Amino acid sequence: MLNISGIHEGFVLDHIQAGMSLQIYHDLKLDRLDCTVAIIKNARSNKMGKKDILKVECPIEALDLDILGFIDHNITVNVIKNDKIVAKKELQLPKQVKNVIKCKNPRCITSIEQELDQIFLLTDPRKEVYRCKYCEEKYTNPNRR
Amino acid sequence: MRHLMSPLDLSVDELDELLNLANDIEKHPEKYAHACDGKKLATCFYEPSTRTRLSFEAAMLNLGGSVLGFASADSSSAAKGESVSDTIRIISCYADICAMRHPKEGAPLVASQKSQIPVINAGDGGHQHPTQTLTDLLTIRSLKGRLDNMTIGLCGDLKFGRTVHSLINALIRYPGIRFVLISPEELKIPSYIREDVLKAKQIPFTEVERLEDAIPELDVLYMNRVQKERFFNEEDYVRLKDFYILTREKLSLAREDMLVLHPLPRVNEISVEVDDDPRAVYFKQAQYGVYVRMALILTLLGISVE
Repeated sequence: MLNISGIHEGFVLDHIQAGMSLQIYHDLKLDRLDCTVAIIKNARSNKMGKKDILKVECPIEALDLDILGFIDHNITVNVIKNDKIVAKKELQLPKQVKNVIKCKNPRCITSIEQELDQIFLLTDPRKEVYRCKYCEEKYTNPNRR
Repeated sequence: MRHLMSPLDLSVDELDELLNLANDIEKHPEKYAHACDGKKLATCFYEPSTRTRLSFEAAMLNLGGSVLGFASADSSSAAKGESVSDTIRIISCYADICAMRHPKEGAPLVASQKSQIPVINAGDGGHQHPTQTLTDLLTIRSLKGRLDNMTIGLCGDLKFGRTVHSLINALIRYPGIRFVLISPEELKIPSYIREDVLKAKQIPFTEVERLEDAIPELDVLYMNRVQKERFFNEEDYVRLKDFYILTREKLSLAREDMLVLHPLPRVNEISVEVDDDPRAVYFKQAQYGVYVRMALILTLLGISVE
């Protein structure tokens, strides 16, 4: 069993679908943050069989976790302060996702005007449907569980 | 400041008001002849369109305003690589309102975000064409006296036909609407309309392939053209383009008060022998298109005429 020490302040992102931790590492832009990050892949899980875990030592206001709701709202977010879990954050589907996914419609204006922000809006929360703000092309989240 | 990107940007009440204004313009055109004196409409057409552009220009001229613009991307600064955002910033300095057509979907929305003047989407690829929908609604309401409790037949290219998709979205806001979707298998309505709109909102509809089977029960028959420019494959286009041809014989099966609409241009889907039938209202529809664009220009410019 691999041992990774606890963190003083930051987040533990638990129940990440196995294999998804690196994508989340990039989507949260952790590569740009000067902080300690532990990526645990394929940890044993009673609930999921295998799961990934991310431990991030950083000031808790440093991360925008809205995007996690888009990637996978089943992830458990534990907020750590003074070595203790002070909150468990409920993830929700964000109403808007900016510059995370790209519109694949070749007829969309974003295909020719590269400087435009890639914006997707939540149009059906029940079915978790996002559509491109410009052409309304549907985006289906391949990681939806 | 308001723009018009989709027909659904207008609430049912706002739409009623707009259509009432269009009907008043139809009855008393002289009242509105100088409503836009000194105002300029820019028609920014990045792809060719005769009908829509001229309809917008006629609308502004009828209101006493003037027009400027370009009729294709080649004759605009887009050919030099200028972005839509930059172009609209410039156009905002020259005109009071802009009608934009663009082959890329969402381009008018991009323009509206940077614009200092109202922007009207005059068609963006296969996405939206709101002034065509307003035209269709005005035609139906003016000639039928209502927009509710009707059976609407939509016939032809229901897959790529954006006017059909927009019309469905606009009409389902009224009670008692039923659709008969008439198309060959390959050009059936896309699933996001069938599942997310019609089924999700429990709108009654049937899908058939033969026009003759459907025509007797219709209050309105909306024909559209198989759009060559939306096909990637010439062979498929040739096979499907003449799938439906409305002839005098087929029209004889219809009710006396049924209306035949078509967004135009037609190719072969309506035989010219039908043109003189009083039920064929597609040329009147083009006239209504001018009235509704006049009403829209006045509304977006915030001009009211006593």
